[in-house]
Amino acid sequence: MTDDIATLTLQLAQDPTSLAFLPLAEALRRRGQLDAALTVVARGAGRYPELADGHDLLARIQADRGDGDAAFDAWTTVVRLVPDHLGAHKGLAFLAYRSGDLGRSVKHLTTALELAPNDTTLASAIERIRTVMATRAVTPEAGLPRESTQSPQRSATEATPTLLFDQQGRVLRGRLDRVDGVDASEAVAASLAGVSREADRAARLLQIGEWKALAIESGAVNFEVRSPTPETLLLVMRGREVPAGRLARIADKAVEQARLWLEELA
Amino acid sequence: MTLREQGILDEVTRIAGVRSALLVSADDGLVVAESTLDDQATEAAAAFAARLVQRLGVLTRTLHTPPMSVLLLQATAGQLFVATGAEGLLLVAVTTNDVNIGAVRLALLDAAGRLS
Repeated sequence: MTDDIATLTLQLAQDPTSLAFLPLAEALRRRGQLDAALTVVARGAGRYPELADGHDLLARIQADRGDGDAAFDAWTTVVRLVPDHLGAHKGLAFLAYRSGDLGRSVKHLTTALELAPNDTTLASAIERIRTVMATRAVTPEAGLPRESTQSPQRSATEATPTLLFDQQGRVLRGRLDRVDGVDASEAVAASLAGVSREADRAARLLQIGEWKALAIESGAVNFEVRSPTPETLLLVMRGREVPAGRLARIADKAVEQARLWLEELA
Repeated sequence: MTLREQGILDEVTRIAGVRSALLVSADDGLVVAESTLDDQATEAAAAFAARLVQRLGVLTRTLHTPPMSVLLLQATAGQLFVATGAEGLLLVAVTTNDVNIGAVRLALLDAAGRLS
């Protein structure tokens, strides 16, 4: 990497009109030298004002520096130059998400998905944001496909609103919010405490064995209730766009994680 | 029970793996109409279906989400499906575990719509 930067720096010094400013600024960005990267790309973008990739890189560097307004301006310039620029739509989706404008974020992600239909991270991001819109229960960092964000990717299970509680209605782990964002964890745990006993009783009397799961469809939201251990219940919630079969698998993983967590506590 | 109700329930029980289909009053858990293939305790199924819907209805109210439309209780040897219909009625099906879940779900929702 250092050799690349040295080579590209020399190349750019020898020919200031060279497009080497793009890989050089990208390399500096990846090394975390954001100020140096900004200087290089700003000069190059000024020299090539019609070069969309220059403004795209400028926007990503500004986003990494935390200057959302400058990033927005740069990505808007990109879209003006190339309306179907995938990176710009992803970037604008990221900025919209970060500012809380979820509808606009989904709009840009949808455009991006049309441009890159095989990019599963885009479909996943749309799904997650729609879940947030439906439940307002996930934190703003949940999984946008932005290379420049430094936080580690969260798994589908981690991004899923999940609540673990005991049969006495006491929350053990997780959180569920109402649609308006108010924490409803305690109320949910209290309302569902003991529901497994009723499910178990129903299953026995109906001669269908021991209960394993309760799946609930409620408008834009689906729920799955499981019992990781005889003493605990787990509630998993996802937006309706997550098919029931997939939600069941997400719940399977959440049950495994809950069991491990409970074992560590023991 | 009308012939129309009976016909709609019979359509549900034609799905392979469905042991019984019931029309249940959500408020008191009483059987309004039924179509059963064996000597299933339909009264128990009706009562528990209504009870579970009431119990889990608290969840959707607490979270301010729309009312429940479908409930599925999965057990080791069978399943209980409940779809909420209009006028305080529930469409209930008791099935084996090798049933086509999607087909039963759609049949119950369709039946709920036709009975409303």
